[in-house]
Amino acid sequence: MQDLSRTAVGIDIGSTTAKLVVIRDGEVVYRKYERHFSYVRQKTYEMLTDAAPILGDGVFSVAVSGSAGLGIATAAEIPFVQEVFATGEAVRTFEPDTSVVIELGGEDAKILFLKGGTDERMNGSCAGGTGAFIDQMATLLDITPDELDEASLAHTRIYPIASRCGVFAKSDIQPLLNQGASKNDIAASIYQAVVNQTITGLAQGRRIEGKVMFLGGPLYYNKGLRKRFTETLALTEENAIFPEYALYPVALGAAMYAYRSGDTISLTNLLSRIKNAAQTKSDVSHVPPLFESEADYDAFAKRHAAASVRTQDIASYTGDAYLGIDCGSTTTKLVLTSEDGAILYTYYASNKGNPVEVVREQLSEIYALCAGRIRIRSSAVTGYGEDLIRHAFGVDCGIVETVAHFTAARYFRPNVDFILDIGGQDIKCFKVKDGVIDSILLNEACSSGCGSFIETFARALGYPIAEFAKLGLFARSPVDLGSRCTVFMNSSVKQAQKDGASVEDISAGLSVSVVKNAIYKVIRASSAEELGENIVVQGGTFQNDAVLRSFETELGRNVTRPAIAGLMGAFGAALYARAHAPAESTIISESALREFTHTSKSVVCQKCTNHCHLTVNTFSSGARFISGNKCEKGAMTESRTGGMPNLHRFKREMFDELREKGLSAEAKRGTIGIPLTLGMLELAPLWTRIFTRLGFRTVITEFSTRATYLKGQNSIPSDTACYPAKIMHGHIEELLDADVDAIFYPCLTYNVDEHTSQNHYNCPVVAYYSELLASNMESLQKTRFLYPYLNVNDSASLARSLSVMFQEKMGVTLPRREILAAVKEGFADYDAWMEKIRAEGARAISWAKENGVRVMILAGRPYHIDPEISHGIDKLANSLGFAVITEDALPAASPKEVRVLNQWTYHSRLYAAADYAAKTDGVYLVQLVSFGCGIDAVTTDEVRRILESENALYTQIKMDEITNLGAVSIRLRSLIGAIDMQKERSV
Amino acid sequence: MTASERNDGMAVFTEEMRKTHTILIPNMLPMHFKMMIRIFGQYGYNCELLETTGHEIAECGLKYVHNDTCYPALLVIGQFIDALNSGKYDTHKVALMLTQTGGGCRASNYIYLLRKALVKAGYGYVPVISLNFLGMKDNPGFQCTVPMLIRLMHALFYGDLLMMLKNQCRPYEINVGDAERLANEWTARLVSEMMKPGALRTKNVRATYKRILADFGAIPRRVEERVKVGIVGEIFVKFSPLGNNNLEDFLVSEGAEPRLPGMVDFCLYYVYNGIVDRELYGTSALTAAIYRIAYRYFLHKQKDLIRIIKENSSFTPPTPFSHAIELVRDYIGLGAKMGEGWLLPAEMLELIDAGVPNIVCTQPFGCLPNHIMGKGMMKPLKERNPSVNIVAIDYDPGATRINQENRIKLMLANARENLYPREDSVCVRFAEEKEALPV
Repeated sequence: MQDLSRTAVGIDIGSTTAKLVVIRDGEVVYRKYERHFSYVRQKTYEMLTDAAPILGDGVFSVAVSGSAGLGIATAAEIPFVQEVFATGEAVRTFEPDTSVVIELGGEDAKILFLKGGTDERMNGSCAGGTGAFIDQMATLLDITPDELDEASLAHTRIYPIASRCGVFAKSDIQPLLNQGASKNDIAASIYQAVVNQTITGLAQGRRIEGKVMFLGGPLYYNKGLRKRFTETLALTEENAIFPEYALYPVALGAAMYAYRSGDTISLTNLLSRIKNAAQTKSDVSHVPPLFESEADYDAFAKRHAAASVRTQDIASYTGDAYLGIDCGSTTTKLVLTSEDGAILYTYYASNKGNPVEVVREQLSEIYALCAGRIRIRSSAVTGYGEDLIRHAFGVDCGIVETVAHFTAARYFRPNVDFILDIGGQDIKCFKVKDGVIDSILLNEACSSGCGSFIETFARALGYPIAEFAKLGLFARSPVDLGSRCTVFMNSSVKQAQKDGASVEDISAGLSVSVVKNAIYKVIRASSAEELGENIVVQGGTFQNDAVLRSFETELGRNVTRPAIAGLMGAFGAALYARAHAPAESTIISESALREFTHTSKSVVCQKCTNHCHLTVNTFSSGARFISGNKCEKGAMTESRTGGMPNLHRFKREMFDELREKGLSAEAKRGTIGIPLTLGMLELAPLWTRIFTRLGFRTVITEFSTRATYLKGQNSIPSDTACYPAKIMHGHIEELLDADVDAIFYPCLTYNVDEHTSQNHYNCPVVAYYSELLASNMESLQKTRFLYPYLNVNDSASLARSLSVMFQEKMGVTLPRREILAAVKEGFADYDAWMEKIRAEGARAISWAKENGVRVMILAGRPYHIDPEISHGIDKLANSLGFAVITEDALPAASPKEVRVLNQWTYHSRLYAAADYAAKTDGVYLVQLVSFGCGIDAVTTDEVRRILESENALYTQIKMDEITNLGAVSIRLRSLIGAIDMQKERSV
Repeated sequence: MTASERNDGMAVFTEEMRKTHTILIPNMLPMHFKMMIRIFGQYGYNCELLETTGHEIAECGLKYVHNDTCYPALLVIGQFIDALNSGKYDTHKVALMLTQTGGGCRASNYIYLLRKALVKAGYGYVPVISLNFLGMKDNPGFQCTVPMLIRLMHALFYGDLLMMLKNQCRPYEINVGDAERLANEWTARLVSEMMKPGALRTKNVRATYKRILADFGAIPRRVEERVKVGIVGEIFVKFSPLGNNNLEDFLVSEGAEPRLPGMVDFCLYYVYNGIVDRELYGTSALTAAIYRIAYRYFLHKQKDLIRIIKENSSFTPPTPFSHAIELVRDYIGLGAKMGEGWLLPAEMLELIDAGVPNIVCTQPFGCLPNHIMGKGMMKPLKERNPSVNIVAIDYDPGATRINQENRIKLMLANARENLYPREDSVCVRFAEEKEALPV
């Protein structure tokens, strides 16, 4: 045994907190846990000094660990031990029969498998599912993390919230909030998202079973989170360990490591080493300061003060007024203007998770100030909460945000040609060409949240946002944090902290990053000329001078920031209300407002197989507003879309028929299951005919639901693969439940050659996903999994390979001639299938023409018709008045010119569809892109180029597990706005 | 420039440009590519290897290509445009050369993305030459003649040998820098040697191998056991120091010995797919026969090199490719040929088979083939080889070095644990009441 009389100190410096333990005589004699606010060196020094009475004058061993500990350890020459390794050390000592350890920290998440092949995994480039994520969510709900925990314990239901990263989750939570879902339920749903992230993102296919130990701050403090973990993993009480040392395992492991190392040092010595370790070489890059001098800043401030709106004292005004409300994602804004456009009243504040209450308070305030002298003549509302607020208070018009902002920007710069709005979690920008909105860019889900990110960071570092932003103004060497998704910035900041960057430099660096993100990630401009000459910037984030300055510096030109940059949506709405004033305003009267009540409850819609989780808001006026519905059925309104062509629906019905056909076949030789995912959503008719013809009953899975995904999620090895691929695991499980004799999903390097492109590949995921399934789904061993490499461009070769497959895998010898005949029939069926789709496409287009309806090509891949993957976007498009067709419903063609390598069968159709839309009046293309689809990085730019070469509008919708259609709706409505404006001008 | 424009408006590398233009080539494999450039030089092409580093390169790439494009494309295109912007070159006197593999992976689109980026950056007039397995396209000014190709092939073998020896010496060398220096010397010397008459006769090549082996063998080294770490993954990030944040150097600095399966394996993989294609897709018998001959020839050369290493040194030779194929057969279909395809698990198995269970699997973030061939194969690999210790590292402009290194360190900690097992552990008791200091 080792000499246990020695003293050992373990220091764990995590991303947000520092932990120190002292072990002596085999016992932990001292421990401390504190936030370090990125003052790593100072905090270490301070904590050691605090422990002086325990450590005394003698020598002891010491080791540092933790994600932010490496820098100080190296600089002060203190032994460093990798943190996951340290955790393993501690757990093996305290609880040797533990099978799995789950440790969640501020920004790290780890899982350790200790039994059956040791394995240790940490979160990679993604900070989703960590303490920072929970903090961020609490901020969003405007409660403390403790309150969040409290609330979660009283939940009644769980909403699906995307778990990959905070930004995704936010896009899911915000609409829930705006729709009035209860905080308790949202809190529990947030925890559930963390649990799901841990299971899919970290465990990556390895089952979490046996004795599971939970460590780290979030799991130590949050009872609700513990509960979600225990329930989801179905752990018994004795198998779920929440130890009292949950905060200290890394520090304890470090101390044990120090024990073993044997080297010792005295406290005085150690402290002086830390003190002298101060300025070490930093490998963090920096950008120039935002302002060289105070005078620079003053000139800047003066220039921007010029862009203002006249205000008038509400107390002295008598007459008509116009109300604009912008119920944004995190904040609610109100503007009241006079008859001639002067501002009478403004309001800007966080909507505190309950925008209805905020608006009610403000309306009462306004009515009080109006005091009978002022009459609200007309009102308009915009933003995420538009529908809710409109129904609650009888607001006259609802307008899409983009139109509101454009209206406001034109007020300041009539010749504006580019508007950039960075709000709480959205970046919106649009180009204006000849007075109409020419193209709209909204941030893809993965980089949104930029504005509120700064705020969350400010809080994490212990500053109010305004003060934090000011700190950055005069930073001497701002840290260069790059221009990727904000979640990745967590680790960049961590690195900067490690290298001793000051809070000032980090603040300035964050501002620069937000700007770079907007320019290079969202707008993807390569120069200022590309944006335009008359640029108006707005949104709450631009009230931060550091962000504004960074933007001007990055572009190398001055821009206009209206003094009411944060109120532009509301101001635009007010201007719009003035221009479109009705004879009599329907806005709630002062007396009715006094009686106003609002209740919300959640129900599950039973009107179709979607089973949407609806939130039903009921107001005192008797008005009801239902949200959460994916289709018009749930809204309990009359169907507005009867008879409207919808190729998604049409194709789904074709598959339902095919499924019937496959099931009704006699199972002479057995049953074969087909997972209806990825390429099967096109080739299933081919295989079904072949199998049924050869005497197999064919079981095709149903379309996916959320439950399908959850059913298979624990065997997904690569979480960043696309959702259509990940959902396949669930389909396989469903087939196993159906007890089929074999499951078939072949490897198809090449797809059917349609002779419209240079080659006819499948994407790697569609081509080889079954290899991954075979390697990662243990349950597949219960059946025969058939995944031969096949050639679908040659009947003879296909028949040959199938014959081998039947013989080797099923033990069935079939005459080659019979197989060949079946294959030929299969191809005939496939051809007829594709023809039928094209015929329906043609019918849809001519129907639309006859009925004066616009056509939307939802251009994606065959698998995008799955309702769980497209989240009902087809129905939304129908309800917005578009006939919906798909890219494969157009005549097979190759566009004249494609400037990329056109070598994938599915993607080649996109270029042809773009070409068609670009040249056809009344036909608009919306490209559906799955998150994680690498090939779409190539196709999106090219589809856009083809469309824009003919001055057609390009719209892209990126989809993942996200289930809310709110953002999609804004995009599509903006598209309509742009189309309308284009029309008005051309008339 | 009309005379030198292709039908899509892109510039062409013409016969005349051979004399006037400098061809810029991004660095993927330092030693191999240096030799390649010298070979091109011998045949009248003025080439330069881009060895620039720094975050500006990725930044520049982010400006000109779609941000979700794979990291290698982002870096290579960023490096090109950064070079053109640098003022170091007369941009009307340079051409760019891109190495490409083709196939169903999106990487086959690099050249198109580069052309788009060049137009966007205002360099539409700069010709782009694609160096690929399928012959040169549309660039009359650059012709890969048979003598050139033969020398390029030899450079591959020499490059692999030098890379292997350098990695096997560096962690143990007594005088730091010996191996590096020697590798550089040989890189410089080999091309001029290859130009000598008779230098490529088998006998002479073997003699050169032996001289190289003897030289490296003579480097004074410590005899000690170190953790060996294999590097596999997407071809660019696996090899390129720019792509993988100097991974080899990092491993050496951590006291480990890096092991990289060579570039020859990649060529053999590509050629072997030509044979498999005949079985699966009925490609022409003639094409398949050519691939079969090429395969045998390359394999024979590889085995020859292996034999010479074994007979003339104590260095660990590479695994014969035919053996790697046998190893991987049980894990994945040989029809999986996009990107690194089945080669990726094959290389991992080859390493495990050679007693190197510690592996860093490198890939660009969101690399599609890697979902399947890399991360997707780890479960069966681990199950059937319990000793294996793999870490998958994603590379992209947002991934910070500290995060990557942290994860590699974890893998190294496990590797050391396995290499030097410890005797006993410390016994500690955690008592609830000892929270605060006694005042």
